[in-house]
Amino acid sequence: MQMLILLPILLPLAGMLINAAFGARLGHRTVGAIATTAVAAAFALSVYFFAQVAGAPDHAVSGNFGPWINVAELEVPYGFRIDALSATMMLIITGIGGLIHLYSIGYMKGDPRTQRFFVYLNLFVASMLTLVMADNFLLLFVGWELVGLCSYLLIGFWFSNIKNAEAGRKAFVVNRIGDVAFVLGVLLIFATFGALGFKEVFEKAEHLKPESAGVLTVITLLLFGGATGKSAQLPLYVWLPDAMAGPTPVSALIHAATMVTAGIYMLIRSHVLLEHAPVAMQVIALVGAVTAFMAGFVALTQWDIKKVLAYSTVSQLGFMVAGVGLGALVGAQFHLLTHAFFKALLFLAAGSVIHGMEHLTLTTGRHDSDPQDMRNMGGLRAKMPITTATFIIGGLALAGIPPLAGFWSKDEILAAAARTSPAVLVLLGVTAAFTAFYVGRQIYLVFFGAPRSEAASHAAETAPTMTVPLIVLAALAVLGGLLNLPAGFPAEGWLGHWLESVIGKEPHAPLDLALAGFFVVLAVAAIAFAVSLYRRFVKATQADPLERLGALHGLSFNKWHLDGLYRAVLIKPFYAGASFLARIFDQGGIDGLVNGVGALTRELSVTLRELQTGFVRSYGLITLLGAVAVVAYFLFTLFNGIRP
Amino acid sequence: MNELLLVLPPLIFALGGVVLLMVDLAIPRERKSLTAGMAAVVSAAAALCAILQWGLAGSGFQGMISVDGVALALDALVGVIGVMTIGLSLRYNALRGILRGEFFVLMLFSLSGMALIGHAANLLTIFLAIELLSIPLYVLSGIARPRLDSEESAMKYFLLGAFASGFLVFGMALVYGATGQLSLTGIARTLITSTSVPLLVVGAALMLVGLGFKVAAAPFHMWTPDVYQGAPTTVTAFMSTATKAAGFVALLRVFGVALGDLANVWQPAFAALSALTMMIGNLGALTQINLKRMLAYSSIAHAGYLLMGLAAGGVSGVRGVVFYLPAYAAASLAAFAAMTAAHNGEEDQSISAYAGLSRTRPGWALVMAVAMLSLLGIPPTAGFVGKYMLFQSAIDVGLVPLAVIGVLTSVVSGYYYLRVIVTMYFEAPPEGVAVTKGNRLSLHWVTGAIAAAASIVLGILPAPLINAVTAGVTSIR
Repeated sequence: MQMLILLPILLPLAGMLINAAFGARLGHRTVGAIATTAVAAAFALSVYFFAQVAGAPDHAVSGNFGPWINVAELEVPYGFRIDALSATMMLIITGIGGLIHLYSIGYMKGDPRTQRFFVYLNLFVASMLTLVMADNFLLLFVGWELVGLCSYLLIGFWFSNIKNAEAGRKAFVVNRIGDVAFVLGVLLIFATFGALGFKEVFEKAEHLKPESAGVLTVITLLLFGGATGKSAQLPLYVWLPDAMAGPTPVSALIHAATMVTAGIYMLIRSHVLLEHAPVAMQVIALVGAVTAFMAGFVALTQWDIKKVLAYSTVSQLGFMVAGVGLGALVGAQFHLLTHAFFKALLFLAAGSVIHGMEHLTLTTGRHDSDPQDMRNMGGLRAKMPITTATFIIGGLALAGIPPLAGFWSKDEILAAAARTSPAVLVLLGVTAAFTAFYVGRQIYLVFFGAPRSEAASHAAETAPTMTVPLIVLAALAVLGGLLNLPAGFPAEGWLGHWLESVIGKEPHAPLDLALAGFFVVLAVAAIAFAVSLYRRFVKATQADPLERLGALHGLSFNKWHLDGLYRAVLIKPFYAGASFLARIFDQGGIDGLVNGVGALTRELSVTLRELQTGFVRSYGLITLLGAVAVVAYFLFTLFNGIRP
Repeated sequence: MNELLLVLPPLIFALGGVVLLMVDLAIPRERKSLTAGMAAVVSAAAALCAILQWGLAGSGFQGMISVDGVALALDALVGVIGVMTIGLSLRYNALRGILRGEFFVLMLFSLSGMALIGHAANLLTIFLAIELLSIPLYVLSGIARPRLDSEESAMKYFLLGAFASGFLVFGMALVYGATGQLSLTGIARTLITSTSVPLLVVGAALMLVGLGFKVAAAPFHMWTPDVYQGAPTTVTAFMSTATKAAGFVALLRVFGVALGDLANVWQPAFAALSALTMMIGNLGALTQINLKRMLAYSSIAHAGYLLMGLAAGGVSGVRGVVFYLPAYAAASLAAFAAMTAAHNGEEDQSISAYAGLSRTRPGWALVMAVAMLSLLGIPPTAGFVGKYMLFQSAIDVGLVPLAVIGVLTSVVSGYYYLRVIVTMYFEAPPEGVAVTKGNRLSLHWVTGAIAAAASIVLGILPAPLINAVTAGVTSIR
């Protein structure tokens, strides 16, 4: 049992090592099969542990593999613990991750670096599992950083194009900023509680004196700072939209199963701390809502099929973060779950669309249009029926159309907002309308109407390794809502009950028909509006109908000018300061000093070498002199009054 | 019979050597790998015996011999080093035309001397053991006759070694004169009451000179670069790992056990020698263009780090030394394995010859890189843990300046260790070198890979070895 708990991490790790060591000889298909099998086996184990957790008296399975760091009071073990929350996350990571692996076999076909791709992908899964299975903050941080590394490697996977490499670097640097906050938070936790294990910290937090509540607020805000990096919230969400530079399966993995869920997971995990920091909760709720609104607004006008989805992810993460801030932890986790289903589906389906659009290029070698630009698409419904059907299911789930998964989870968060914070409700409500609109716009532009380019008219459905994951995910996107139905339904609130052992009992409300009905009508109206607008969009060169909005369109299309703002306010002054330090201070002062020391050391070495004459007689002489010196030294210490 | 149990591991080496010497006569010239195999079995048996005897303590032979945790640890360590050296020797010696039976027999004799040092409880036994380990080594250094560099190496080693033995034996005589005792515990007992302390102290100083020569501590290190460079590489690997371990255990026996109460006289000298050795070793390695010579200086530098542990003393210092010896041995063997394997046939010792090794021989480049990182002391390698323990022990007893010198010289060492990695990984291979995809599964490769893996495993999971070593050190008698 003890060792077994490590297996879910070790399996993808083993897959990675095998592929890294022998992948070059195995061929791309075998490499893909090994990687996928490793994750599938990890999934099977996750199911097993899920059942174990359900059966265990304290609803957890743990394993301790001895001390990792023991310095003074700091004692951090190699400790892992699977509880209801971890088990749920493991199922998402390995389940959806496994489907993405399977899909990648088809998607990466013909890429010369397939081996490297699957090595990174397996490492990604292993890192994410470490993150959710750790039983202390420091081990969680190890997974946290590894995930950051993998995202960097995979986003910049096609690094020969400088833009991809830059996107990878951006993700890395922006995440690093969040990580600093996170590390500070962890350090402050240790300073306050003298421990890093979840159990100890949360127990002590319960009994913290009221006057130290301020510390908890700082701690939670710092942890949240980390979450804004990984889970792409304001002000650090800028990396995620660029992250689509990586191969599409990577986008699916980052946006759905791993990486971005890390921040939400960490916040839910630390809910004990959050509950004692009401101010921080309000900040979190507001940041989430504003992020949801801003990103949803940007998604309205993008042309790139993946960019729309990327901003949609940021926006939906905002929903989850707002849910955490509102105290609706089950709702947040529920939305994380359903979002993982339909966003993975949407990205993989988008990848399938892109593949279909590249069909012409692949078969004839002609290359005339950007295969990711929705203006060049249209009418793909007839060519790619499976992709179309699954994409529409995913889109409607995202838009919150009942009875699809997204409706139920989004409704829970909206209902929580209606109970506690009108400001958040308004922001999220508007975002929900935005969401429905851009989903309608995207679906119509891609699949309906007439083809607007030659590539679109010659598109073809993709291979079964790609369509099978789509179908599975589509089924999940349809049925995911059953996991946590409102009160009054059969099997109501299953997820809430399941997570009770971790986050305690949360009141479970029945469906607010007025609220839900209003948002459904709003969503349907937004979709209908989008369709009516884009029916007249028949030529790729045509202007976006939304451009009639003028400045607002510009603001959305240019992403609030946030990148430019950051460049002007942060990056440029930073560069100026850095270049001062680099040129004047470092190259002039420090380098001079360092090089001087280096040169001196070298001189000494050369001098020393000259002593080494090669003659035995001189060696003997030096030995003799050394002996005289040692004897003298011994007698000196003796006669200086030091007696044994 | 019971007394024989106390010296079983050295006895296995010695008897194995004697038997093999005769058996080897019956083995035809072209089948000498059989001799090697048998020598490896003997060596492994001795190591295994030491491990099985773990926990044994006692003394016998009228107080000439004793056994404790450190003795058994040394037996096991040199036994393993013996097996690994033989693993490296088969291919290398065959290529150099020195795959001879006496090579392995001499190695066993030398090993028996090394192992005996751990069991010595008397100055005479120590001297005997040291000569027993040294004399076969003189021959081994020159075994590549008629190669000039090998002969030069043997000659220098012998002349200077005899010189150092003179210091050692003279020092022992003076100590005997001052205390009237030869047994280590006897000396320790009479130390307080001795009426001629100056005589005793001069004797101690001269013994330090003699033993300092064996472990290549500055300023008695002058022979090391020349001898290491000229000797066949497998002999060099053997000398730099096993001999050093045995030499340090001898220092531990003489100064820790016999002269322990004189510590405030000799420990400052140890600290001074440690500082000097670290500086000379690292500075000397800095400008070497010959890899083997660089490793020789590196070996001197590591003697300096090890001396720091003895200067600090106490359980934590000695424990650091006993942990660092296998850590250093693993890294050093990995480096020599990669060095002998990287080029087929005639070895090229210049560092530039290893340019682009990561492309031509990726496996060996990795082994070499791990070795360099462990020697440099970068986590998660064994070298890091060992250095950490040594420096920590020095700081604990207030030898902060010494620890600072250790850290600074380690920084200096980064230059020459990392240069090897840079050369292997970032420079283009010379024209016309064939690219080898993967390594054929050979004995040589397995040996090198095990050494490199040990360097990493001991770095990630050092606790079991540290615990064993602590137990061994606290059992010193």
